[in-house]
Amino acid sequence: MFEINNLNVYYGVIHALRDVSLKINQGEIVTLIGSNGAGKTTTLRAISGITPSKSGEIKFMDENIEKAKTMQIVKSGISQVPEGRRIFPDMSVLENLQMGAYLRKDKEEIRQDLEQVYLRFPRLKDRRTQLAGTLSGGEQQMLAMGRALMAKPKLLLLDEPSMGLSPVLVQEIFQIIKDINKTGTTILLVEQNAHMALSIANRAYILETGEITMSGDASELAQSDAVRKAYLGG
Amino acid sequence: MEQFLQQMINGISIGSIYALVALGYTMVYGIIKLINFAHGDVMMIGAYVGYACVALFNIPFIPSMLIAMVVCSILGVIIERVAYKPLRNAQRITVLITAIGVSFLLEYVMMYFVGATSKTYPQGALGAGKLSLGALSINVEQVYVITTTIIMMIVLQYIIKRTKLGKAMRAVSSDQDAAQLMGISVDRTISFTFILGSSLAAVAGVMLGAMYTISPLMGVQPGLKAFVAAVFGGIGSIPGAMLGGILLGLIETLVSAYLSSSYKDAVAFAILIIVLIVRPAGILGKNVREKV
Ligand SMILES: Nc1ncnc2c1ncn2[C@@H]1O[C@H](COP(=O)(O)OP(=O)(O)OP(=O)(O)O)[C@@H](O)[C@H]1O
Ligand SMILES: [Mg+2]
Repeated sequence: MFEINNLNVYYGVIHALRDVSLKINQGEIVTLIGSNGAGKTTTLRAISGITPSKSGEIKFMDENIEKAKTMQIVKSGISQVPEGRRIFPDMSVLENLQMGAYLRKDKEEIRQDLEQVYLRFPRLKDRRTQLAGTLSGGEQQMLAMGRALMAKPKLLLLDEPSMGLSPVLVQEIFQIIKDINKTGTTILLVEQNAHMALSIANRAYILETGEITMSGDASELAQSDAVRKAYLGG
Repeated sequence: MEQFLQQMINGISIGSIYALVALGYTMVYGIIKLINFAHGDVMMIGAYVGYACVALFNIPFIPSMLIAMVVCSILGVIIERVAYKPLRNAQRITVLITAIGVSFLLEYVMMYFVGATSKTYPQGALGAGKLSLGALSINVEQVYVITTTIIMMIVLQYIIKRTKLGKAMRAVSSDQDAAQLMGISVDRTISFTFILGSSLAAVAGVMLGAMYTISPLMGVQPGLKAFVAAVFGGIGSIPGAMLGGILLGLIETLVSAYLSSSYKDAVAFAILIIVLIVRPAGILGKNVREKV
């Protein structure tokens, strides 16, 4: 349903992505793993149309979207939970969730989806009138995910959802990612936490300084020596 | 006591004008981090449009004000599209200089067309006479100014807090990339901000014009004062601009009444400097959390 072919992104003279190609099938969880500065965030920003690409193509549901505006990309069904959550701190939890549904018109469906999000994240319901900036880190991550779900995405991009969270919360978030996937949302999960990511993904790509160096079945990669050495601590 | 109350009313009414203009500064700053130095001149254009409607075409006051709001909104959007948008990724100083350039452009183009001499709205355009409340007598003009400002502020609060575009505006002000990821168009939201700010400036311009006189340079002084008011209240903060404007008007009026009118600017600026030393972000401003 989604593929990237030979994508190149530059920041001035820095060549941040070099001929990156990857493919995601309907219903999969695919993870993109890499260490600091590998280009994971750049990949997601390019997919969402925030960072322009120099060459290459991005295809979603058989349409080329590499030149599309972010608004059109969101409309076509790709939502992103950005790195560092990036919730709107001075808006209430409810308003943050409403912003997620910004491009949708059907009030009744939006209301139902809001209930779904509240069911998935009961803590957000308790805190719906609170300013988002006052939430804890874990709650903010949940809000960022709930906000993205309010767009009813077909493909959900997650940028390091485990960042800065306690092991217990990381478990909880990953469980929620699995649940979201079960209800039919395809997922591209960017992580530095390779262990957790490989444990829930179907397939994985390894990104090193802007290049895809390995790819394959998540369970197979988790067994491979190279991956174990570099990302799983031996 | 009556005299004091009288002065308070004078202060609030001039402060209302500052507040209306300050809102434009603060909203534009909030969204694109630019001090739009041409804002006072947009107010001046509003005053002239209102004047043309009232004095030349005999249109009643309120419709004239609405026309001025529409014209200024269009002007504001054009200024943003033509002058500021191409510089969105440029250094701030470049944009600031451009804003000053736009300001001069508006002033002197206007001077070319209408001449440098000042004009006055027809007598009593904004209402004439006085209302007496006990020993207090209030100019009807002032009642209109204060009421109009209150209505504008309520409408503005409603737009910003409740409407989709208003929420989009807050989202873009707070985090442009995240707002884009929601599908919000940053360009359209910025245009909308200029529409709001310029309409309020138009309202201020028409009322100021009707109370005093109009000239192509009439926007300079109040524009500067309103900018000060916005900084005073906390640049980027909407309640701050309202409060800053009213306070500045009050301080000025009370100083002129009880000390001397020649000190009013000195005292107002001294207070500003003290506030900024004590609270660099302004009275209601948040402590700067600049994003990198
Ligand atoms: N706005 C920018 N301007 C210039 N260089 C940038 C910019 N953003 C990222 N880079 C550079 O591009 C490279 C890839 O960065 P990116 O943020 O995509 O990495 P990442 O894999 O997401 O890293 P992390 O795990 O730390 O989030 C890095 O070398 C980074 O320094
Ligand atoms: Mg990153």
